[in-house]
Amino acid sequence: MEQTGAAPPDDLPAAMVAEGQHGPVIHDTNRAARLAGVQRGARVTDMKALLPDLRVEYADIVGDRHAMEQLMFWVRRWCPWSVQDGPDGLVLDTTGSDHLWGGEVAMLADMEAAFSGLGLTAQIALAPTWGAAWALARYGTVRSICPEGEIAQKLSPLPAEALRLNNGTVTLLRRLGLKTIGALADVPRLSLTRRFVKAKLNENPVIRLDQAMGRTAEPVSSPDAAPSFRAHARLPEPIMDPTPFMPDLCRELCDQMEAQGYGCRRLLLTVYHTDGDTHRIDVAMSVHSRDPDHLLYLFRDKLDAINPGYGFDLITLDAGQTEQMQVVQAHLEGRADETVDLSRLIDRLTARFGVRSVSKPALRESHVPERAQNWVAALHGAGDTTEAVAAERPIRLLSHPEEVRVLYAVPKGPPVQFIWRRQTHKVTRYAGPERIAPEWWHDMPGTRLRDYFKVEDHAGRRFWLYRQGLHGDGRGGDPRWFVHGMFA
Amino acid sequence: MSYLAPSKRLSSQTRLSLRSIGAQKVLSDVFAQTAADAAAVGFVLAHLPREAGTVLWAQDRLSAKEAGQPYMPGIGPTQPVMRVAVSRPSDVLVAMEDALRCQSVSAVIGEIWGDPPTLDFTATKRLALRAEANGVPCWLIRRAAHPNLSAARNRWRIASLPSAAHPHDAQSPGDSRWQVELFRSRAAQPGIWAVRYDRATGRLDFSAAPVDGAVETRDGADRRRATR
Repeated sequence: MEQTGAAPPDDLPAAMVAEGQHGPVIHDTNRAARLAGVQRGARVTDMKALLPDLRVEYADIVGDRHAMEQLMFWVRRWCPWSVQDGPDGLVLDTTGSDHLWGGEVAMLADMEAAFSGLGLTAQIALAPTWGAAWALARYGTVRSICPEGEIAQKLSPLPAEALRLNNGTVTLLRRLGLKTIGALADVPRLSLTRRFVKAKLNENPVIRLDQAMGRTAEPVSSPDAAPSFRAHARLPEPIMDPTPFMPDLCRELCDQMEAQGYGCRRLLLTVYHTDGDTHRIDVAMSVHSRDPDHLLYLFRDKLDAINPGYGFDLITLDAGQTEQMQVVQAHLEGRADETVDLSRLIDRLTARFGVRSVSKPALRESHVPERAQNWVAALHGAGDTTEAVAAERPIRLLSHPEEVRVLYAVPKGPPVQFIWRRQTHKVTRYAGPERIAPEWWHDMPGTRLRDYFKVEDHAGRRFWLYRQGLHGDGRGGDPRWFVHGMFA
Repeated sequence: MSYLAPSKRLSSQTRLSLRSIGAQKVLSDVFAQTAADAAAVGFVLAHLPREAGTVLWAQDRLSAKEAGQPYMPGIGPTQPVMRVAVSRPSDVLVAMEDALRCQSVSAVIGEIWGDPPTLDFTATKRLALRAEANGVPCWLIRRAAHPNLSAARNRWRIASLPSAAHPHDAQSPGDSRWQVELFRSRAAQPGIWAVRYDRATGRLDFSAAPVDGAVETRDGADRRRATR
């Protein structure tokens, strides 16, 4: 909702939903809905009964994950180490960086202001250990700060959920009467250990308690941001055609990537016009590459599409989807690697004709002919292949079955004659029928079955015809006939 | 006698079997007698080399619309296929030319509808030279087209024939049979054959075409013109 700019005001109940096992469930809610009793994980139909004017929209979970990843790099403005913590948390190791922000209190206030500037609400807490900070941020007071040596005291009133345990363990602890962290900490360690000796990490209150109290180390292993590669050409005079600059830009970009051992799968060329306009050209590759000639080739014929206007004075070339790439010698004699060769062909054709034009077949286990094969973009890797249907299939399939007018001797039998594309075909021989029932898990109710015939006409042409439905099957009127494919 | 030299060359090479004509790694034209007939496609598929590598299959929009798209469950899992579906015939030629430059492509098939002006002698010459330089068989399937000037090394015209008898069921069609006409070739004498395709083994059996008398009525001069 926020991305489309249509975020509802905070006083109207709204919820994001995700597809659950039995229909949509609540993924997250805003404050108004939470106060009205809408719970995460509950079914949307139940919550609508509770709150009829609940506004519901589908959650973009993948987008959220990407945004969180970017946010993890964004928070490095306060400290050099940060890491994602679950789908909705960030952990910052601010050891030694708080004095730069005027102390811990000022730093937390600054963080909260910065997050609200992004339009995000953040619950922030500062503690000596990861576990304690997790607990205080979610169950503690606002902007709580836990000094060294006061962890036990600060955590003891918090509920047992604050120990990053799963629901089953929390329920178990509650049944045992251990509702707070303090109560849990008071239990003799030996008996707790004996009870949870084989439990996994998120089911084991002993380890979780040790982590929160700082008795077990839990370091922050901070992932590095992927390096960004960019080559640019600043021009003293506006020019009309970027072509002469492309080889140098490509070479510079590839040198940069080679120095760090990276390759890219996307390239973005941006030209900045003198009147402030920009024009972008995006090309993609099927495998990572840093070959300047290959990259240059992908822009061939695409540069003509730029409207020069008053000319442009800055050209930038950015590498996207970079990944570490190792040079491998596939053959001892130094022959070119064939997979690389093919992937370059895919890149070139895709850059020229578009992603959807260059495709590979993906076979699926389905008896419905048009579902048994679909074409997937070759750029995104090979399609999965399964074992083909044993029955004979035509070598050509029409994208859309074409209706024919038929003459038949018996309603359930093959046609004697059919008219297709204004030509009359007399059927001399036939094989069939092969009955293919609709797939009830895909098709609309009322979809009619198909009876396929392989027929040969008087000139020897072999067609694949089908009759859609049966007489009197209660799914429409008389069955219709279609041509669906051609045999060799 | 200017035509003696080529005929001499032909006679020395007529020993080439018809299968090896089809297996030559050159540009070949295939004209489908009727547009929506898959016989030409079947004939090309029967000649694809059985070696590792991708087959590039380029189609223009009209070919795909009128004659359908390749259907892998029917073709079989012999070779990985990459399809290029473009709207203009000139794009098909560009894709074919690009693919012929690639080492890991085992064959290139192009389908072009009608007689577009871009498919002239120069375009076919480029394809032919590239196919020979790289040693990749290249097949150009043409529908609703006239056999204009072309640099293709072999030019075929394919039509369906009533299929062979089915071994178990007299009612149903058996192995495919095609009428195959080689009307221009550098390596073999032109002729007409009836070909039976055994789908299980991928074998082509050439036999003499059924006599219909149409060929005999032409005189020698006429035939020379037709074979040029």
